[in-house]
Amino acid sequence: MKAWLAHHAHSLRIALARLRHAPFATLFTVLVLGIAIALPAGLYLLLNNVKQAAAGIEPRAEVNVFLRLEVPETEARQLADSLRSWPEVAAARFIGRDEALQRLERLGLGEISAGLPANPLPHAIAVTARATDPATLEALAAKLRQQKGVGEISLDGEWARRLDALLGLGNQLVWLLAGLLGLALAAITGNTIRLQIYAQRDEIEVARLIGATDRFIRRPFLYFGGLQGLLGGLAAWGLISLLRHLLQGPVSQLAQAYGSRFALTGLSLAEAGIMLAAAGLLGLLGAWLAVSHTRRSLDIS
Amino acid sequence: MIELNDVTKRYPGGHEAVSHVSLKIDKGEMVFLTGHSGAGKSTLLKLIAAIERPTSGSVVVFGQNLGRMRRGALPYFRRNIGLIFQDHKLLYDRSVFDNVLLPLHIQGVTGQDAGKRVRAALDKVGLLKKERARPITLSGGEQQRLCIARAIVSRPQLVLADEPTANLDEAYAGEIMAMFQAFNQVGVTLVISTHDSNRARHYGARALTLAEGRLL
Ligand SMILES: Nc1ncnc2c1ncn2[C@@H]1O[C@H](COP(=O)(O)OP(=O)(O)OP(=O)(O)O)[C@@H](O)[C@H]1O
Ligand SMILES: [Mg+2]
Repeated sequence: MKAWLAHHAHSLRIALARLRHAPFATLFTVLVLGIAIALPAGLYLLLNNVKQAAAGIEPRAEVNVFLRLEVPETEARQLADSLRSWPEVAAARFIGRDEALQRLERLGLGEISAGLPANPLPHAIAVTARATDPATLEALAAKLRQQKGVGEISLDGEWARRLDALLGLGNQLVWLLAGLLGLALAAITGNTIRLQIYAQRDEIEVARLIGATDRFIRRPFLYFGGLQGLLGGLAAWGLISLLRHLLQGPVSQLAQAYGSRFALTGLSLAEAGIMLAAAGLLGLLGAWLAVSHTRRSLDIS
Repeated sequence: MIELNDVTKRYPGGHEAVSHVSLKIDKGEMVFLTGHSGAGKSTLLKLIAAIERPTSGSVVVFGQNLGRMRRGALPYFRRNIGLIFQDHKLLYDRSVFDNVLLPLHIQGVTGQDAGKRVRAALDKVGLLKKERARPITLSGGEQQRLCIARAIVSRPQLVLADEPTANLDEAYAGEIMAMFQAFNQVGVTLVISTHDSNRARHYGARALTLAEGRLL
């Protein structure tokens, strides 16, 4: 057990020494790996942030019912009252045309109506549905459309649904990208290891001649691959953090302009952990492939 | 301890380096292997160390038939043999100390114990003062002695030395031979190849002479 641990410690030391031995090459490879990992991870973060930003805005279950212009207020209020008794309706608030105009003016759009002889807006009812799923909302909208005096219906959930579809696509893109670049990471590591094995063939030959097992020879390379992958993961983490830091200012300014206190989120500790573990494992995989591929050509017995 | 039965080794290309050799070396023997350049001395030693496989015939070492040995068993077999190569095979990017440490590391011996054994081996060959040097800065004789230190550090039962005294003046060669005799006295079996057929006579040891791959 002690000898086994010592072996591993020794392999780790050798791997570290090899990384240090060529600092420029190591730095370069690690940077390339870092960028390869940062791409899918960054896209993942972007989607996450968009999702959060969207969640801050959406009252999804809102259906706005605009009545026809000729419908008088009393009738409109009656309709609102009757809607309130529908099982699928959580709330129905009557918005008189005067109130609607005031709202417009408060938003700074008063000039539009200033020149008009009369208030051009209809009475409206803001209906909040109990369910939020698109199908129920759609059905509710259809039912509302058939009510007497109803002019137009605006379904607030429409844009959210489109965003959802877009985010779903983005998610798939993240996994596709992660898969491809993970493959690239393993390939890059494998290539570095292959070159290393070639450079160290004398040492490998001697070690074999004096009784080294395959495992003994393989282990430092595997450690090297894993370590390099891990360093690549750390570089990716650094790159993403830097990017977030740089974008934080402009984004929060933009958010403030929309009256939101939205701030960019970075990777959580768990997510960063997963990213690092995946990077290390892919490095290990690349090293393992390189080692088992080159083993035959280095076999001397 | 070593038994060859009608062993032939033909290298790819058709050259027969060893032809129909049968021999037996007992435990605790010191045997010289002589013959001209190209006679097949190195090849014979490589066959005993399972570095080369015979084209025909059988090689039995420590009671194991090397032809039937599993690939996975090979490293453990080699650990019982101290190999001194004709072309040294030192690692030039490692210190003298680390070169001698390698066999111990391979066998899982580390720490203070390993350090002590490395220094003892270096002391035996008179290289203790050079433990931090790189092999490339050593003289030819010193490199040869470094090979010997690496071969004996793991206390093998069998030492195969391929021309350990080539390129050495008489005084150094004598020193190294005295060292081998000392190993032999503590029970180590030795097979030493040399160009010089007088050397065997001088030490009163058995000599096997090869000529064009055949045992005379
Ligand atoms: N790997 C090889 N491939 C092909 N032929 C080889 C190989 N190794 C040795 N030979 C040939 O086998 C013959 C015996 O070689 P070997 O090295 O065993 O001789 P030797 O007695 O050790 O010679 P020396 O005293 O010069 O070291 C030589 O003719 C050599 O050319
Ligand atoms: Mg030779």
